Amino acid sequence: MNLWQKAACAFLLVVVCAAAAANWLAPTGYAKQDREAISAEPSRAHWLGTDELGRDRFARVLYGTRISLFLAPAAALLSTLMAALIGGLSGYLGGIWAKGAMAVTDLFMSLPWLFLLITARALMPLNVSPLFSVVVTFLLLGLLGWSAAARVLCTAAGSLRSSDFVRQARASGVRGARLFWIHVLPNLKPVLFAQFWISIPVFILTEANLGVLGLGVSEPMPSWGSLLRELEGLVSIGEEPWKFASLVLLVLVVMSFQLLLARQEEIAF
Amino acid sequence: MKRTRARTLAAAVIALNLFTTHVLAQSGGELRFCLRMEPKTFDPLKVEDEASAAIRYLTGGTLVRINRQTQELEPELALAWKVSKDGRQINFRLRSGVVFSDGTPFSAADVAYTVQQLMDPGLHSPTGDAFRSGTGGVETKVISPTQISIIFPAPVAELDRLFDQVAILSQHSPKRELAVLGPFMLADYKPGASVLLKRNPNYWKTDERGRKLPYLDSIQMDIQPNRDVEMLRFKRGELDLINSLDSEYFDKLESTSPQVAHDAGPSLDSEQLWFNEVAKAPIPDYKKAWFRSADFRRAISEAINREDLSRIVYHGHAQPAAGPFSPSNKFWFNGKLKPLAYDSDAALKALQGAGFRLENGTLKDKAGNAVVFSIITNAGSKPRERMAVLIQDDLQKIGIHVNVVTLDFPSLIERMTQSFDYEAIILGLTNVDLDPNGEMNVWLSSAENHQWNPQQKTPETTWEAEIDRLMRTQASAIDPRKRKEAFDRVQEIVVEEEPFIFLINKNSLSAVSTRVHGAVPVILSPQTFWNAERLTVSQ
Amino acid sequence: MLRNKVAGHVLALVTTVLLGGLLSATLVRLAPGFDVDEQELDPHLSAASVQALRDARSQDRNIFRFYLSYMNRLVHGDLGTSLSLSQPVRTLLRERAPTTLRLLIFGLAMAWAAALALALSAARLRLAGYDAAGTLLSGTLLCLPAAVLALLSVLWNVPGSLAIGLVVFPRVYRYARNLLAKSYAQPYIVMARAKGLGEARILFWHVLPGIAPQLLALGGVSISMAIGAAIPVEALCGLAGIGQLAWQAALARDLPLLVNITILVTLVTLLANSGADVIGQMIRGQES
Repeated sequence: MNLWQKAACAFLLVVVCAAAAANWLAPTGYAKQDREAISAEPSRAHWLGTDELGRDRFARVLYGTRISLFLAPAAALLSTLMAALIGGLSGYLGGIWAKGAMAVTDLFMSLPWLFLLITARALMPLNVSPLFSVVVTFLLLGLLGWSAAARVLCTAAGSLRSSDFVRQARASGVRGARLFWIHVLPNLKPVLFAQFWISIPVFILTEANLGVLGLGVSEPMPSWGSLLRELEGLVSIGEEPWKFASLVLLVLVVMSFQLLLARQEEIAF
Repeated sequence: MKRTRARTLAAAVIALNLFTTHVLAQSGGELRFCLRMEPKTFDPLKVEDEASAAIRYLTGGTLVRINRQTQELEPELALAWKVSKDGRQINFRLRSGVVFSDGTPFSAADVAYTVQQLMDPGLHSPTGDAFRSGTGGVETKVISPTQISIIFPAPVAELDRLFDQVAILSQHSPKRELAVLGPFMLADYKPGASVLLKRNPNYWKTDERGRKLPYLDSIQMDIQPNRDVEMLRFKRGELDLINSLDSEYFDKLESTSPQVAHDAGPSLDSEQLWFNEVAKAPIPDYKKAWFRSADFRRAISEAINREDLSRIVYHGHAQPAAGPFSPSNKFWFNGKLKPLAYDSDAALKALQGAGFRLENGTLKDKAGNAVVFSIITNAGSKPRERMAVLIQDDLQKIGIHVNVVTLDFPSLIERMTQSFDYEAIILGLTNVDLDPNGEMNVWLSSAENHQWNPQQKTPETTWEAEIDRLMRTQASAIDPRKRKEAFDRVQEIVVEEEPFIFLINKNSLSAVSTRVHGAVPVILSPQTFWNAERLTVSQ
Repeated sequence: MLRNKVAGHVLALVTTVLLGGLLSATLVRLAPGFDVDEQELDPHLSAASVQALRDARSQDRNIFRFYLSYMNRLVHGDLGTSLSLSQPVRTLLRERAPTTLRLLIFGLAMAWAAALALALSAARLRLAGYDAAGTLLSGTLLCLPAAVLALLSVLWNVPGSLAIGLVVFPRVYRYARNLLAKSYAQPYIVMARAKGLGEARILFWHVLPGIAPQLLALGGVSISMAIGAAIPVEALCGLAGIGQLAWQAALARDLPLLVNITILVTLVTLLANSGADVIGQMIRGQES
């Protein structure tokens, strides 16, 4: 690993440990409302200030990290695997399989999934724990977010089918699942890793937007997405740079993931 | 010599400039503001939403007008009017020599036509339904081109004031509802983007000096649902006013340009929390028992810190509510009512007296069920979301665990009116009129908008039966004092039984740019442009 | 033979599009809040009026009947009437299509131009610092909510197409960069360079054709991404396009409008992706 990757690894480790140790590191609980210190500036008591209900922002960032840092990559992994199976496999098999799968994928991309998510919320009881609701949200995102990558993977796998080294492997007697697993799938890595890396912030943001439907994390539990929604009152943000803490953290984490995966993206064989 | 002449010339030029600017400032200019949603209709009889109502206010000519500032009824197209003693008949004497925007003459026949259209049973509009106090048709007698008599099948409370909402249509004009009698007329409509109104050249009204109104040349209304963008555009000078402002933006504006931000005092709107008391609701029976107990509701009401809600969520631009009506509704508000003081300990004692007990920080009922319930509210309303979180924190202090769920509006309405699958809900009522008669459908136990337990076949509690009786009394009484007596008692019962736990009354906040002259923000809608015909905008 | 093939494709296309319409109608119908109207909450309305409102919404309750009548009208060119805006859907779509098209075309052009330029230079230069900078830029843009990007574009008075471009750019950049990097690392490219072939020749004759099918597939997919981004951008920038219409329709559960928009989006997506496939196959055919 080069210097950048070591730094990225160390950074991620620090973030994960800080999130795990949130109970000890956070000055107060994430739900504790200091009603006399609303939208306060950073101070010794509140390192990143407080939000509009007087809750300590640093504590909320720490606890929010637990949710987002674990669930978003898990959902991204799920969507990447689904894309690999549906897109990669159908492209590899070719012919009617590829055509059918791609028609399904295109259809999937065009449907208004908003309504499925609204229905999902309706089917959930109202009195569920915030954790359950956010886990369900990320699960749904993972199950719905594979279509774009599947398309590209299908084409990529289709190209590979007719490539020299696959022909050579087939000629050597490697067939079926083994051929797919050992020779085709690794060559799809560039697309797979790109998909994984992109999905993480996309899912975090989508989780925040799904708060509109009652999905996503419910109050008072924080997530990076819900913290990012503070940035929507943009007109005055220039005067309050500490509100960007969650954005900066998200960007750094996403970059760290990317740096660690960089080698995987490029080594294709 | 030359210098004196030059100076005189200079003085003359300056004087001329000032004069022209003054004259130009007094006449013309374009007023620009935003509508929060697409107007659904331009037919004044079918108006249901705020955007269409704004357009109707600016383009429609009415017989009488409630002065938004004094709250008094003033003559408009009607010079005089008289309501009969039984409250069923109203006679108008109309102005003569008035024409519609396209030149068609105005007469009593147009009023008759409008009323008949309005009372068509197939119309189903809030404006028409307000007159529908009984079944049967309306009778219109055109006595002369300037005199008309309208007779309703049953007495209508405040009959004259209701005509503030009725914009007169032309019976004969080929332009149908686009021929208007108001100060402005529709010039251009780009769906999804903007509505442009231009001065009505045939508007009958003149000012005290005999100059024709309106002063404004045109009004440009952009359709912009997002408040951040609206605020941005106002700050950049692209908009001249924001009709209703959120408290966060108000504070930011006030700190930078205080003369632009206006707080007109408590509005008529209220925000309330209520529990689901419907018998057939799909919620556990033990929860139904809690919600149907007035002791429980009163204790919850006492455990909510309304001062904090006003201070934190509305930045002080709201007041704790004392009941269904806001104190700014001077005549109808029951002056004896005071907001319930926050007292967590008293609330807990009351609950313990009702059979609940606190065990390891959790409140439990007689049967040992932990008191846990959900509050739903509509996503997209940050104040309501924040109030829900503050209430969640307040109730946690007495051992009650609350789950806050924000839902999109249609899902919310479905739970509230069809499936009754909810436990508690926070919503607000936007009151456009002062008269409680407009809220009959909220207080009558048989009505649809009796939100906590709508459409009861017979009143399920004695106090709801009492409210039914009192509301019917005020609806049929003509003497305002008798009506007030009845509705005062309704307000008292509501505060005793807490079917709606009224939280706060928010202030009417608005922003008016310094370019606009003559604006006087008030609490009645439309708050900033109620006197649009006398506004001017300097460039 | 060709005619049969084309006919087959067209039939598959039409079937998929219509299926999309039916599925979206079903999704909308099953979601809660389908047949409620906000106006019901107005206390001025009488009981009869509220009932009339409810009856008006309930006639679309049977989704199959609705869809059959919709297809019947579609054949005659009538797309139905919007419930929330009370205007013919055809007029609404026709009026708003140019705005959205402009937004999408300029936004996609900007995104692709920037993404390819950056990806190509990153793959060619192979400088860790340059690559990291590109990653930082695209990473930051990915982490910004579309709503914030749209607000920024209003704040800086730039056209909404820039916001669309900024949303699509990081996604395209990442894929493109990885594909190009992998392609440039292939042994035969290295050999070609060693043999002294010019950079431009290597790029256009060897690198791009190899990844062209995937880039084209990405192109097709980026159209869907842009359409998805158009919804918040149009709504926030106050642009009267189809995205804004879609959002209003979703909030109001406006079934006729939603079905038509889904069919339109499905059609565009299918055409874009099928087109990308066909061209990709042609290039691949040329290669071998």
